[in-house]
Amino acid sequence: MPEPIPLQWAWGIVLYWLLLAGASLLLQRRGHLVTSLVMPLGALGALAIAAVGVAGLVLPGGHFVLPIGLPDLPFHLRLDALSGFFLVLLGGAAFGVTVYAVGYFRTMAAGPLALLSLWYHLFLAGMVLVLLADDAYAFMVAWELMALSSYFLVTTDHKISDIRRAGFLYLLIAHVGAVSLLLCFGVLQGGHGAYTFDYMRSAELTPFWASVAFLLALFGFGAKAGLVPMHVWLPEAHPAAPSPVSALMSGVMLKTAIYGLLRVTFDLLNVQIAWWGTLALALGLLTALYGVIFAAVQSDMKRLLAWSSIENIGIILAGFGLTVIFFADGKGALAALTMTALLYHALNHAFFKGLLFVGTGSVLHSTGVRHMGALGGLIRRMPWTAWLTLVGALAIAGMPPLNGFVSEWLLLQAFLLTPGLAHNYLNMVIPVAAAAIAMAAALAAYVMVKFFGVVFLGQPRAENLKHAHDAGWPERLGMLWLAAACVLLGLFPAMVIDALAPVTRLLISQTLVNDGNWLFLAPVSAERASYAPLVFLLVVLAVLLVTFLAVRRVYHGRIRRADPWDCGYAEQDARMQDSAEGFGQPIRQVFDVFMRVEREMPDPFDRKPHYRGDSRDKIWLLLYQPIADLATWLSAQAGRLQHGRIQWYLVYSFATLIFLLVFTR
Amino acid sequence: MALSYTLQVVNLLAALLLLIAFAMLSQRRIAGLVTLFAWQGGALAASTAIVAWSTGQHHLYYSAVLTVVLKVVAMPWYFFRLIKRLDVDREVEPMINIPTTMLIGIVLVIFAFNLALPISQMAGTVTRSTLGIAMASVLLAFLMMITRSKAIPQVIGFLAMENGLFFAATSASYGMPLVVEMGVALDVLVGVFVLGIFFFQIRETFDSLDLKHMEKLKER
Repeated sequence: MPEPIPLQWAWGIVLYWLLLAGASLLLQRRGHLVTSLVMPLGALGALAIAAVGVAGLVLPGGHFVLPIGLPDLPFHLRLDALSGFFLVLLGGAAFGVTVYAVGYFRTMAAGPLALLSLWYHLFLAGMVLVLLADDAYAFMVAWELMALSSYFLVTTDHKISDIRRAGFLYLLIAHVGAVSLLLCFGVLQGGHGAYTFDYMRSAELTPFWASVAFLLALFGFGAKAGLVPMHVWLPEAHPAAPSPVSALMSGVMLKTAIYGLLRVTFDLLNVQIAWWGTLALALGLLTALYGVIFAAVQSDMKRLLAWSSIENIGIILAGFGLTVIFFADGKGALAALTMTALLYHALNHAFFKGLLFVGTGSVLHSTGVRHMGALGGLIRRMPWTAWLTLVGALAIAGMPPLNGFVSEWLLLQAFLLTPGLAHNYLNMVIPVAAAAIAMAAALAAYVMVKFFGVVFLGQPRAENLKHAHDAGWPERLGMLWLAAACVLLGLFPAMVIDALAPVTRLLISQTLVNDGNWLFLAPVSAERASYAPLVFLLVVLAVLLVTFLAVRRVYHGRIRRADPWDCGYAEQDARMQDSAEGFGQPIRQVFDVFMRVEREMPDPFDRKPHYRGDSRDKIWLLLYQPIADLATWLSAQAGRLQHGRIQWYLVYSFATLIFLLVFTR
Repeated sequence: MALSYTLQVVNLLAALLLLIAFAMLSQRRIAGLVTLFAWQGGALAASTAIVAWSTGQHHLYYSAVLTVVLKVVAMPWYFFRLIKRLDVDREVEPMINIPTTMLIGIVLVIFAFNLALPISQMAGTVTRSTLGIAMASVLLAFLMMITRSKAIPQVIGFLAMENGLFFAATSASYGMPLVVEMGVALDVLVGVFVLGIFFFQIRETFDSLDLKHMEKLKER
């Protein structure tokens, strides 16, 4: 067997990160070394892992067996096109975020910083191992490594009780999901008793057991991805974590769940059934709409972004559902289109959501405020952060020529091409689904207008914003990297789609046919629809330039500077601007069945009126609160066993002894 | 017949063991309890030695010697010293009154005999008929632990349980391997010393050895 070189590199990088994690533990008193040495080295590792991923996409993958793990149960690793693609996503996003983190964490105290760096690198290593694992055992170990290290990252500020609570919730749901995955692998091995993925591929499952495995996988990975109704941890944990960590969790970690779902459904299972797709599509659409509606009513900027992540996961999952439907229906070309769209969107989301989270990180760092009601006008104080965040905001809002547009456009193309499925009712429902996706995309744009407008535009809403300073150079470089990726992924979609071809070929033995060329993107057929982002950009730039020149020429020298018309208000101050709550108000009115609104109305005679409106998730109340109450009640009942009298404890063991003697002879 | 003669002696000693177990249940004074415990150890050692002689299992001699040294000499001596130092030899009212305890004990003995019947039919040893007695003395010792509220009687109950187990091992399979027995003996010895130290600590903290003071240690 030829040596699988890229895979060895990947394993080498994992070891390198583990080494860095250990090294940061030794630097408990030298915080400056952690930020100036360990983290930049870690960033280089991320870049290398992206290169390995590219190699995995291009070269034939390899696999090898690691002599670690339990006796007779070694770790199997494999690198193929699917893991290669996700390694590119991980490495690319993690590089930008880690470079940013070098600057962001510079002011942190040395002790916590060393621990953070430890968990940070373990987290990266865990995610890479999840992508490389080739047996259920290695996968679960890596999955837990990822979950636990991210838990410790979320609870970095563990002195705040809300953060501890968020961390606990995250850990709880992560483990409920992990149990489901464990059961899923148990079903997948189909009675072989062997847990390598190779055996699982060859296991012949009946449709019933295959469906059970799929449902368990959907639940388990859905819990990690933030699928409604398992999403409750996400809006709590993401704001609690330090911003670079939120960026990694939202941008990369959620994608490992998508990876797992693709791996199980298309690689490990031998049959795919259409109703799985319908279920995933329905849940995905629900998640997308639910996420974006709640994003629109948030007034905490990181919470807003977390809800927006839920929305994007919903879109990706809807694409996944559609892929399953098409594939089970034998429409390979369309399946390839939707799968390309979902992979593309996953990649895009990693970059723009990473960018937005680190952007809010810079704002948080320089102002100390997360609540949007106390921000505003930062574009003048923090031009770098503001402009780079604007790129991310435009990308996530789906504005051409940036990357968000391409993937959503591809997905909508798939929806528009659907008529002709074998199931009549699906044919009728899919236009509605397309409308739902379009609505989610439109609302996402609305959310981003709110986010960017309230935080960066207008006048500062608080005094201390006057002292806000812009991000330092490492932060700027990290954001530049992520923003550049957003732009390039948007400008050269044809190349990205070519690069994605090995993944779709591996999973559904079909690739997306690009009917255009490197400049024009035309999925399936050039007559139906095509898109040329470079041409689009050039036209936009040309129009701008012409307008600018025309205005300069016509009005040159005739400028008169005066106060703008103030609509009759003699005095304008920051409080008169539209606030975050105000911006979300229409959405709250329309969708108030989904939420429970807590309001604090100001007193009319209050000199400094303060308004607070908090929209809470009703799913928490309807689904989780009863479970929590039941658990509390049961533990209270069990607690009554504890009398504190040693005699009673002896009676318990005596009764157990008698019971066992009677019933086991 | 020599065998049946020794067997009768073993049966007699077993009956003595059971009698002592009942006596321990009804004993109110701690010093009396320790004396009974020493007697029980003596009966145990004697029966082990006789089994060893009659069946030619030489390792059982060592067990018998170990029992005498530990349970007849060392531990009772240690307990008497403890009682003196802690000054606790007063009458203790058990949690459940003594006639009731005795009745429960009789039920337990019937239960143990009923339980041991199928097992002793399977065992191939000459002493198999005493298995019921061994189990009964385990259960009775457990009952004693439950009904006493002071720390020292509980430890003695625990040791009496160990006696019963030892007797069960001898009667069902001519004892455990010597290594295991040595290990158990060492554990028991160390356990007693540790508990002795605990007695002092408990009394220092609560001014009493009554375990009901420890109820406040529970949650809430």
